Amino acid sequence: MEAVFLSFILMLAIFLGFELISKVPATLHTPLMSGANAISGITIVGALLSAGAQHDAMATWLGGAAVMFASINVVGGYLVTDRMLAMFRKKDGGGAA
Amino acid sequence: MSLSPVVINFAYIIAAILFIFGLKMLGSPATARRGNVLSSLGMLIAIVVTLFSQAILSFEYIIIFAVIGAVIGALAARLVAMTSMPEMVALFNGSGGAASLLVGWAALYDQFLPGMGDPSAFVLVTIALSILIGGVTASGSLIAYGKLAEVMTSGAIVFSGQRIVNSLILLGIIGSTVMFVMDPQIGSTWFWILLGLALVLGVMAVIPIGGADMPVVISLLNSYSGLAACAAGFAIGNNILIVAGSLVGAAGLILTNIMCKAMNRSLANVLFSGFGAVKTASAVEGEVKPIVVDDAYLILEAASSVVFVPGYGMAVAQAQHVVRELGELLEKNGAEVSYAIHPVAGRMPGHMNVLLAEANVPYDQLVEMDDINPRLPNTDVAIVIGANDVVNPAAREDENSPIYGMPIINVDKARTVFVLKRSMASGFSGVDNPLFFGENTRMLFGDAKQSISGLVAEFKG
Repeated sequence: MEAVFLSFILMLAIFLGFELISKVPATLHTPLMSGANAISGITIVGALLSAGAQHDAMATWLGGAAVMFASINVVGGYLVTDRMLAMFRKKDGGGAA
Repeated sequence: MSLSPVVINFAYIIAAILFIFGLKMLGSPATARRGNVLSSLGMLIAIVVTLFSQAILSFEYIIIFAVIGAVIGALAARLVAMTSMPEMVALFNGSGGAASLLVGWAALYDQFLPGMGDPSAFVLVTIALSILIGGVTASGSLIAYGKLAEVMTSGAIVFSGQRIVNSLILLGIIGSTVMFVMDPQIGSTWFWILLGLALVLGVMAVIPIGGADMPVVISLLNSYSGLAACAAGFAIGNNILIVAGSLVGAAGLILTNIMCKAMNRSLANVLFSGFGAVKTASAVEGEVKPIVVDDAYLILEAASSVVFVPGYGMAVAQAQHVVRELGELLEKNGAEVSYAIHPVAGRMPGHMNVLLAEANVPYDQLVEMDDINPRLPNTDVAIVIGANDVVNPAAREDENSPIYGMPIINVDKARTVFVLKRSMASGFSGVDNPLFFGENTRMLFGDAKQSISGLVAEFKG
């Protein structure tokens, strides 16, 4: 039953994703991509759970490595997106809103 | 202190809402920056409540690994040059994929804890999927990085029998997944075969893709990194991973689709065929008409509308700042200046937009292909800077050209076209460009940055 429930969530989230992104101006393609990439670092939640559970030494190490990779992805992804977006400006309009 | 699963799941819902609003706001230049902040807030909430979960017994490891990762990520994000953004995005993508792979791998150990009973086939398949997708994302992104940073050749690497090898790898992956699910064991040979083949598949998937097709691959890998997180979410039964992962997966697929449309090719065609292998374009004959900076200046000085068409060559020459300077001088001189951006110009989606934004060009001066084309016949001068295929009229006229049917920026319709080019070599796709021989085309040979600086000096002179 859980498999069905999770698959439902998956289906709805994919449709939502298509709806959200369908009309993005080309100007924002790169920030959108790197911003979305930072969100995919959500796998850090799974990494934290594996690393902290202490079920098995090997699983803890795998989880720890996952935490490291995922935090590179999350921290780097959000910062670099912000850095790019800070550069976008309208004509005569100072920095980005 | 630890939070109950109900509280944690409610916090995940809030995080999901923040991701959704964040992505929505990333769709408009005015709200994009706040959207990114919202989305990072969602991430922070998800991480903090997870740390307070009852399942987490020890923090020491976690803190050390998280700090190492955060420092690496922050330094990379601060220090990277804007021109190196495509390879940076590829690396971040790859680390996300690697993390999902490791989460799936670690989840395998949870299946064999005392008192767990036999692991379900569903969970095992999702573990295999997170290792497969995560592995392809990680090694594929690494190769993409190598190509973009030009650590390795950026051209397509093709060899005979490539399809057969790839088919065998796919069969091997399916076979080892089936064997692994039927007889799940930690450290089983089938597991290692699966892991190894997933990494090999990532390499094999990216090496045949040439430099000009990179925007498609980057956005596809971006999509995979989301799907990998999604698969890891299934493996550990965690909602927020599934929701956030599939949002990213869908977003990446849409971008990939936009990129493919901009090249008039199917995704399968980009991924599986070496470019230009099928047809030979009609040879282009004619005489190129070179021009020197002094004469180009005289034409520009008299122009009342100028359109810049940047391509990857502008990034290579780091010419974006001088281009902006020239643009401002032309405006001061009374000309209407705009920048025409082809969707696949450069090496990642939106590459040119980021570079021009870095050089302080306002985004309302950047015009998309479909909007600039009707204006080009009334444009005095179109200046092509390091772009080739995206302005190649053969795509419109020559049915035998490998890029026939690709939508292009019709610079050849402008009254005068300046093409800034190092020499007469053909573009990345290796296709001859009749634009260079056009009646109204003038070739300004040399380094783009130097040529533009020369023009700037003349205007100031």
